[in-house]
Amino acid sequence: MLSRPGRASVTAPTAASVEAAVRLDGVTKRFGPSVALDQAWLKIGRGEFMTLLGPSGCGKTTLLNLVAGFLAPNEGEIFIDGSLVTDVPAFARQTGIVFQNYALFPHMTVASNVAYGLKARGVGKDEIGKRVADVLAMMKLTGYEARKPRELSGGQQQRVALARALVIEPKVLLLDEPFSALDKNLRGAMQVEVKEIQRRLGVTTIFVTHDQSEALSLSDRIAVMSAGRICQIDTPEALYRRPADRFVASFIGEGSLLSATLDRMEDDSATVSVGGRAVTVPSAPLAGQSPGARVDLFVRPEHLQVTTTGDAAFEGEVAASIYQGDHVDLYVDTPQAANGRLMMRLAARDAAGISGAGSKIAIAITGEDAVAFPPAGA
Amino acid sequence: MAKPLSHRMLSFAGKALVVAILGFIILPAFVVTVASFNDKAILSFPPQQVSLRWFYNAINYRDFRAGFHNGMIIMLAASFIALIVGAAFAYVIDRYNFRGKQLLEALLLAPLVVPHFTVGLGILILAAQMGLTRTFTVVVICHVILVLPFVLRSVYISLRNLDHRLELAAASLGAQPWRVLFTVTLPLLAPGLVSGWLFAAILSFNEFTASLFVTAQRTQTLPVAMYNYVREYADPTMAAISVIFIVVTATLLALANAFLGLGKVLNVEQAR
Repeated sequence: MLSRPGRASVTAPTAASVEAAVRLDGVTKRFGPSVALDQAWLKIGRGEFMTLLGPSGCGKTTLLNLVAGFLAPNEGEIFIDGSLVTDVPAFARQTGIVFQNYALFPHMTVASNVAYGLKARGVGKDEIGKRVADVLAMMKLTGYEARKPRELSGGQQQRVALARALVIEPKVLLLDEPFSALDKNLRGAMQVEVKEIQRRLGVTTIFVTHDQSEALSLSDRIAVMSAGRICQIDTPEALYRRPADRFVASFIGEGSLLSATLDRMEDDSATVSVGGRAVTVPSAPLAGQSPGARVDLFVRPEHLQVTTTGDAAFEGEVAASIYQGDHVDLYVDTPQAANGRLMMRLAARDAAGISGAGSKIAIAITGEDAVAFPPAGA
Repeated sequence: MAKPLSHRMLSFAGKALVVAILGFIILPAFVVTVASFNDKAILSFPPQQVSLRWFYNAINYRDFRAGFHNGMIIMLAASFIALIVGAAFAYVIDRYNFRGKQLLEALLLAPLVVPHFTVGLGILILAAQMGLTRTFTVVVICHVILVLPFVLRSVYISLRNLDHRLELAAASLGAQPWRVLFTVTLPLLAPGLVSGWLFAAILSFNEFTASLFVTAQRTQTLPVAMYNYVREYADPTMAAISVIFIVVTATLLALANAFLGLGKVLNVEQAR
């Protein structure tokens, strides 16, 4: 759940805010009548790799631009390293940004691109030369100093953009979908490299992406955003195992919704039943629901199993079986699923007995990470 | 494999059409150029004998010399003023949203649809009111108004093509707004600025209709001097001065091409 500190903490940075490398206190940004970012509260620790994840138009890029100082918020305050920067212009914020298209200066060489921020800061010529050489060496770009950006490959351009942002030793590194312009193989390699450099330099990083697998593999924490709001801020594992709402559940990983009945509410947990089988779920998302209510149970594909013993919760008919090498994805038609079809993932050896489309199977719910939500629209 | 006859005929017809179009474009200049080397005092084509006497005549004709001189002064003043004013307006229109923006755009582009005749006459009347007739100021003002749309369009297109993120990146790297302007924005706008200036310069130097109204004997430009000449004489001097005119304009374009690449100047070059 999001904590919402009182307005009192907004004016004077508290001890806690000095700890945070970046802090947003109730930041709202409107473009005319539409609200791009609605009351965002966010604290990012020093050296943390924080990802803003969400579909396009969710406000993640707006949030990044607000931290960079390219936009000014309508409400709320922004702190970097404990000092209030809401009214500080972009050039005085000491953030380094890497754009999706890298935004390298096309009329300058690689060396001039990287030196740009140091020159703007009035760093001495000798020191500029040394620091540029160092960062280019770190980015494996030695020997490319005199090239123009258009003479480089996509991966090299990205390294230059990263070098240019890192050489000024930014307080926050801002990455705006930097991998989406790269082809798939290169993307994986660059992700590993960026993560490694980020960890080695210990630079606080805000990474914007719509790609959930990218977010899960790189982040220390992820803020999932939708329609201008931050839905949940958590570690990748916690987001996957305990999504706070229906949107987070469907956006992170895969899963199916089953119709269930709420049996019992306790402090932390609740019990719901599907086909007479009881399943324990966290109670928080069900707040306000009373026993007997119809709820939707969200289960991950790997938590559904084919069973031959008597523990089946319901039955279904295989619609398609898709071989994926180490596992098999089964699409099963059953009235129990909220939209008539669910997906389950079996280890290849467990799927050996399934004869394929049309066969009837009995399905059991295993694992402890099921989550239930109030019905859609409720 | 041979193509069907109909294809070959179409292909030939297409080429012939292109040649014909190019021919029509070049033809007037070609005829004038050939006629300028006439040795007789009549504009006959083709000339019986080759001579450069009309070139000497054109170059030494006092009104042409004065017109050329005046035209250069007016061209330089008008094109630079139009460049600065046009670039500033283009920047404002590209970067800011405000009430009446469309009206401003329409006003700035209006000289494209208002006849030069009208602009010239209007300015002449205004100049008479202010006692500015027969001054260079009024000619320069007139030319600035007429060439402004071309500078505006050219710079505006360059601004549209300029990736705003380059300026944001520069700012985040610690560059103050003036540094961003001089190290990123202006260098990347250079082709647009140069092409805008070039169009303005050429148009100003060639402008006739409005100039006829706003110039006086002392301030007349070359096209006006040529018009006055042709009203009195009909010898190949006209053809010779036309050739000089073409050469000067072509030289300007060639210089632009050599330094910047014509594709870049005309904003037609591909992104990579």
